[in-house]
Amino acid sequence: MVRPFDFTRRTLLKGAASATTLVGIGMPAIVKAQADVIRIGHLTPVTGFLGPLGEFAQMGVRLAAEEINAAGGVLGRPVELVIEDSVNPQTASAKAERLIERDKVAMIIGEISSASALAIGQVANRTKTVFINTGANSDALRGASCNPFTFHIEAANSMMVLAVGNYLKSENMIKGKKWYSLTADYAFGHDLFRVAKKFVTENGGEFVGEELVPTDATDFSPYLLKIRQARPDIVASNLAGNQITNFIKQYAEYGLQFPITGFGFDTAVAWGAGKGNFSGIWPLVWHHLVDSPSSKNYVSAFTKKYGKPPENQSWGDYNSLKIVAQSFAELKSTDPQKLAEHLRKGAKFDILKSREGYFRAYDNQMVQEMYAVRAKDANKMKDQWDIYDPLGSVPGSSDSLEVLAPPQDGACKMPA
Amino acid sequence: MAIIFLLEQVLNGLLVGAYYLLIALGLSLIFSLGGIVNLAHGAFYAIGAYLAVSLTPWIGFGGAFFASPLLVALLGVLIERFLFQKFYRADPILSLLLTFGLAMIIEQSLRMTFGAAPLPFSIPPALRGQVFVGDFIYPRYRLIIFGVALAAVTATWFLVYRTAFGRVVRAGVQNPDMVGALGISLQPYMTAVVALGLGLAGLAGVLLAPISGVHPAMGAEILTAAFVVVVIGGLGSFWGVIAAAALVGVVRGLTIYFFPPAGEASMYLLMALVLLLRPRGLLGERIQKFE
Repeated sequence: MVRPFDFTRRTLLKGAASATTLVGIGMPAIVKAQADVIRIGHLTPVTGFLGPLGEFAQMGVRLAAEEINAAGGVLGRPVELVIEDSVNPQTASAKAERLIERDKVAMIIGEISSASALAIGQVANRTKTVFINTGANSDALRGASCNPFTFHIEAANSMMVLAVGNYLKSENMIKGKKWYSLTADYAFGHDLFRVAKKFVTENGGEFVGEELVPTDATDFSPYLLKIRQARPDIVASNLAGNQITNFIKQYAEYGLQFPITGFGFDTAVAWGAGKGNFSGIWPLVWHHLVDSPSSKNYVSAFTKKYGKPPENQSWGDYNSLKIVAQSFAELKSTDPQKLAEHLRKGAKFDILKSREGYFRAYDNQMVQEMYAVRAKDANKMKDQWDIYDPLGSVPGSSDSLEVLAPPQDGACKMPA
Repeated sequence: MAIIFLLEQVLNGLLVGAYYLLIALGLSLIFSLGGIVNLAHGAFYAIGAYLAVSLTPWIGFGGAFFASPLLVALLGVLIERFLFQKFYRADPILSLLLTFGLAMIIEQSLRMTFGAAPLPFSIPPALRGQVFVGDFIYPRYRLIIFGVALAAVTATWFLVYRTAFGRVVRAGVQNPDMVGALGISLQPYMTAVVALGLGLAGLAGVLLAPISGVHPAMGAEILTAAFVVVVIGGLGSFWGVIAAAALVGVVRGLTIYFFPPAGEASMYLLMALVLLLRPRGLLGERIQKFE
C-alpha cells in the first residue's frame, strides 16, 4: 500500500544539490604493489567533460607499459602503473600527494585540465617529483607558473595557434576577415583566446564577436543565432572536450555556412560527432596519419590492442612513459632529481614525428613539430575514423623547431 | 533590428524549452505521483540515447525512436518492482541515496560498455535541413523535437486527467488508504507511472542523441537543469513544469544574447528568484509552512 508522501520542497532542493555533485565522482583503479617494480603514477580526468580524452590517455600509457615490460622492463625491473581519475584540481592535488607519499611512484604522467595540471605541478615541485603534463595547454603553465619538476609534452596554446594560423594565413582566412569566436569559460579557454586574438589581430583580422561559453552548456542554439546575426567570415572555436562535440553537431544542424576553424582540438571529440557534422581546419600536436615509421608502428599496435586508432591524447601519455623509461635506462637510476636534470639537458627523443623533440631548459616545454588537418567531405570518409586529411607539418624542415615554441619572454623564472 | 533578433531568441528559447520539458516531465511525474526524487533520471535519459545509437544501424532511427523509450520503460517496470516500491514509505533520504547510487552505477556501466569517448551519431539525412520563416531560421529537426514534446505532454495530460487510470493514480496521491478500502491495489498503477516517467526520459535521450554528444556523463549533465525546471514550476504541478521549461529556455536565450558567460547560471538565478518571491514555485500547490 502506498501512502501519501510527506515530501517538501526542501527534499527536492536537496535532490537538486546532490545531482550537481554526481558529476564529480570517479573510480580509482589502484594496482596492488610489489617491492621491486618501478611504479609510475598516472592521473587524468576520466569523468566530466574531459573524460573522453582521459580514456585515450589511459589507453596510451597502458600500451607503453605493456611494450616496455615485454621488452624486459627498465633496469631489469617491470613498470607498474598506478592509474587514477583526477576529477578536479582539489582531487588531483590530493591524489598526486597520495601517489607520491603512499604509493611511492617514481614520477607522475598525465592530466588534461590546465587547472588540475597547475595543482599537480605544485605538488610535484614541492615534493621534487617529476610530472610530465600530457594534455594541459595553458601558456601560463609554461610561463609564470612554471617550475623545474613540471614538464610539458603537450603543446602550449600558443603552439596550437601558430600551427593552425600558418595554414589559415596561406588559405587567406585572416587578413581583412571578420572573426567570431566561442571560448570555453575557464583557465584554458581564456588563455587560448588571449593568444589566438593576438595572432589574428597582428595578422590583420578583426573580431566582431567574442563569446564565453560555460563548460556545462550543452545547447548552443542561442550562440548560433548570434553568429548568424553577426555574419562573420570565420567562426573560431576555443572550446574544449565535449563542448566541441556539441558545438559542431549543432553548427551542422543549423546549417551555418561560415567556415569553421579552431585553436584547440582533440580528435576524439570530432570522432564522436558523427557523419556530416565535422568541418573546418584544426591544429593537432599529433594525429594517427603522421607519416613516420615509428608513428605507423604505434598506430598499428594501438589499433590491434584497442580496435580503434589512437589520437593526440593517447600519443602524449604513450610517449611520456617511453621517454621516462628510456631516461631511467640511460641514467641507470630512477632518482627524480637526476631525471629532471636529464630531461632539461636537451636530450632528444623519438616522439613519433619526422623530427625528434626535446624539452627546452627555459620552460620545460617539449619543442616539436605540429600539424593541421582539414575535415573531409562526409561522402569521402572510408570509415568512422577517417574524418580529416593532413595539411602537413610546421615548421618547415629547414626551420628551427623553436619558431613554434612559446616566446621566451621571461615570464618563466626557474629557480637555479 | 535588435528587437527582431530578440524575438528570434525568444522563439528559439521556446524550442529549447521543449528540450528541457521532455526531461523534466518524467522527473516531475515520478516525484509528484510517486514521491521519489529520482536522481537517476538523467541516467535513463543516457540509456535512451545509447539505445538509439545501438539500435539505429539495425532498425533505423524511426525504429529506435519507438523501441528505445519502450525498452527504457520496461527497465522502469523492473526498477519500480524491485527498488522504488520498497521506498515509498521510507524516509525520503533513503530514496535519494538509492537513486544517487543507481545513477552512478548506470553511468559507470555505460562507460565500461561503450567507453568514455562520445559515440558518433547524426541527424538522419531525411530530417536534416532548416526551415526559414522570414529571416528566422529553424532546424527541421528541432521543430520535430518540439512537435514530439507537445504530443508527449498532451498524451500524458490526457492519461492523468482524463482517464480512469489517471483518476486512480490521483486518488492514490490524495488518499491511498481510501483507494485501498475501495478494493483497488495501487501497486500496478505506480509501476505504470514509473515506467511512463522513465520512458519519457528515454524518449528525450533518443531525440537529443543526434544533436548533442552521446557520452556516459550526458545524464548527469542534464539532470540539474531538469531539477531546476521542476522546482521553478512548483511541486506536483503539471502545467508548472511546462511553464517553467519555456521560461528557462527563454531566459537562458536572452541571457546569452546579452551576457553569454551567465548563460547557464541564469536558470539558477531564476530558480532563486522564484523561490524567494513564491516559495511554492510558479504553479505549485500551497504548502503552509512555506507561505
